[in-house]
Amino acid sequence: MRVALFVTCFNDTLFPDTGRAVVSLLERLGCSVEFPLEQTCCGQMHANSGYDADALLARFERVFASDVVVSPSASCVAHVRSHLPGIRAFELTEFLVDELGVVDVGASFPHRVVLHPTCHSLRLLRVGDRPRRLLEAVRGIDLVDLNAAEECCGFGGTFAVKNADTSMAMLSDKLRHVLDSRAEVCTAADTSCLMHIGGALRRQRAGVRTMHLAEILAAQE
Amino acid sequence: MSFPAAARVSLADAQLRRNLGKATSLIREKRLRAVAEVPDWEALRAAGEAIKASAMARLPEVLEQLEQSVTAAGGVVHWARDGAEANAIVAGIARANGTDEVIKVKSLATDEIGLNEALERDGIRAIETDLAELIVQLAGDRQSHILVPAIHKNRAEIRALFERTIASGESLGDGAAAIAEAARRHLRAKFLSVPVAVSGANFGVAETGTVVVVESEGNGRMCVTLPRVLVTVMGIEKVLPAWRDLEVFLQLLPRSSTAERMNPYTSLWTGVTAGDGPREFHLVLLDNGRTRVLADEVGRAALHCIRCSACLNVCPVYERVGGQAYESVYPGPIGAILTPQLRGLDAAPSLPWASTLCGACYEVCPVKIDIPSILIHLRGRVVREQKSALSPEALAMKAMAAAFGSRRRYEAAQRLARLGRGPLAKAALPGWTAMRDLPEPPKETFREWWKRRQG
Repeated sequence: MRVALFVTCFNDTLFPDTGRAVVSLLERLGCSVEFPLEQTCCGQMHANSGYDADALLARFERVFASDVVVSPSASCVAHVRSHLPGIRAFELTEFLVDELGVVDVGASFPHRVVLHPTCHSLRLLRVGDRPRRLLEAVRGIDLVDLNAAEECCGFGGTFAVKNADTSMAMLSDKLRHVLDSRAEVCTAADTSCLMHIGGALRRQRAGVRTMHLAEILAAQE
Repeated sequence: MSFPAAARVSLADAQLRRNLGKATSLIREKRLRAVAEVPDWEALRAAGEAIKASAMARLPEVLEQLEQSVTAAGGVVHWARDGAEANAIVAGIARANGTDEVIKVKSLATDEIGLNEALERDGIRAIETDLAELIVQLAGDRQSHILVPAIHKNRAEIRALFERTIASGESLGDGAAAIAEAARRHLRAKFLSVPVAVSGANFGVAETGTVVVVESEGNGRMCVTLPRVLVTVMGIEKVLPAWRDLEVFLQLLPRSSTAERMNPYTSLWTGVTAGDGPREFHLVLLDNGRTRVLADEVGRAALHCIRCSACLNVCPVYERVGGQAYESVYPGPIGAILTPQLRGLDAAPSLPWASTLCGACYEVCPVKIDIPSILIHLRGRVVREQKSALSPEALAMKAMAAAFGSRRRYEAAQRLARLGRGPLAKAALPGWTAMRDLPEPPKETFREWWKRRQG
C-alpha cells in the first residue's frame, strides 16, 4: 500500500527518530512510504490556543489531498480529522490494526515497558486497546500496567507553560505511577506528551527512557 | 487573581490535595458503576441534550408558558434581569413578611448573585441548611464544588469548626453521627421558627408550573414545606418544556452527581395548595447574563448544564487545584466555560485556558456538553476580543504561522532552531524548564534524513 507520512512539525524538528521508526516499520510491513516535503504543520497548536489556523489546515489539505495519510501523532490526526473530513488520515496504531490488519508487526524489544494512553488517542480518536495489543505482540517485551493510566499527564500544549504549576502537579502524579511500575521505558502514541514526561524523568535522573510507540514496534533487538 | 496565580496557592496546600484526591477518586469509581447499570445511558444522554437544546431554542415562549402555569397555580412570578434585581425582590418579600431571618435550600443561583451578602446588608440573615453549605458559611469560607461545597475539608476540620461554633464548645468526638447531630439540633430550631425559605431550582416545568429540587439530606424538603412563604430563585435556563422531560433528567442527574440510582429526596411543588405547605410561593426568574450566553452559537450549550458536577470529579485540573482557584460558584470544566460567558470574557480571561483539553469532562457530561470545543471557542474569542495583537504570545504565534506557511521558511526556521534561535526555538520557557529538561536538538531533522536517504 502507498502511504504518505505526515511526520508532524514537532517530530520533524525535534524527534526525527520517531519518523524514521515509522518509515522502517511501514516498509517492513510492505508499504511504500512517501514523504511530501511540502508538509509543515497542521495548525493544532494555533487552533487549540485560540489563534487562526485555517491557512495551515488549507495547506495541509493541498499537500495531502490525494493520499492515505499515516502519522505518529494522535493529537495531530484528531485535529486534522475533525477539521478536514475529506482527508483520509490515520494515526499509526489505527493504520496498523484496521487498515493493514496486523497486530504482530514482527518487532522484538526485550525491555520492561509501560504505556501511557494519551488523552487524544483515547478520547478523540478512540483507539481503544490497539496500542496495547500491538505492544503485547512484541517479542521479549515485559509490558506492565500503569496506575491511573487514563489520567492526563498535564501537558496540554501551551497549558504546560500557561498553567505551569498545575501542569507540574499533574506530571508529578504521572511520574510517580511511571516509577512505581518499575519500567525502564515509558511509551505513548504522542511525542508531545512524551517530551513532557521524558523531560522530567531526565531532570530527575530517573533512569527511565521515553520512546514513541513506533520506535518499539520498529525495534528488532 | 488569574487562574494560574490562584491555582499556585491551592497547589501548595498538601491537606487540600489529599482531601480532593481522595474524594474525587471515590466518586469517580462510584459513578462509573452507577452509569454502567443503565443499558440506555447513551440514549438518555442524547435525549437530555436534545430536550435542553429545544428548550433553549424557544426560551421566551417556554418561559412565558412557565409564568402562566405558575400564576394559574397560585404562585407569583418575578423577572430579574440581574443579581441586584433578584436580591431586591427576595429582600422585599422577607421584609413584607416581617422577618429578619430566612432559611435556605442549597442553591447555586443564589450564590451566583451573592444573595446572602445582599440580604445581610438589608439586615436579614440567611441561614444555610445544606450541611456542606452550613460548613462553608460557619467557616466564613468559599465553596469549592458544585455539589459538595465543603469537599476541601475533612472530618477533623469540620468537627473542630462545629465545636467552635454551633456546638458551643461541646466536644463532639470522632464519629460522623455526633458531628451530624450537632448540625441537626442547630437546624431543626430554624426549620420550625423561620417563616420564609429561599430555594433554587433544578428544574421548572413550563407545562405544569412545577418546580423541582433534588437533594440528599432532606433539609431542603424541610425548607420547602415548613415555612409560610417560599421563594425560588431559578436561572431561566432551568426551564423544561414538558412534565415528561423529567423522566430523562431524574435518571441522568443522580447517577452523574452522587452516583446514586435515585436521590433520597425529590421535592416537586406546583404553586400553592390549601392546607399543605407554604401559603405563598414566589418564583424569581433570573437572567444575569444568560441571554448573552444564548447569543453565542457555540458557547450557548453551556446553558444545558444540570449542575451534576461529574465534570469536576473527573477533571485532572480540578482534582489538583480545587474549586476555589476558579473564583466562581461554578468551578471545574463547566465553570471554565460558564463563568467567562456569564460575567463577560474580560472578567475571567484566563479560565478558558484552565484545561489540558484532555476530554474527560465531555465523556461524562450527562447532557453531552462538548466542553473542550467550547473552551477552544472561548480561547479564540479572548484572543480576538481581549488580547493585544502585539502581545509577545500573539507575535510568537504569528511568527510561527508565517514559518509554517512555506517550505522554504519552515526549513530555514528549523535550521535556526538548532542554534536556539528563530520562531521555532523555545529556549526561553521558564515554566517548562522549572521541572523538565528540554530535548537536545537532533543533529539532523527528519526531512534532512529523508532527503539524504533519497540521495
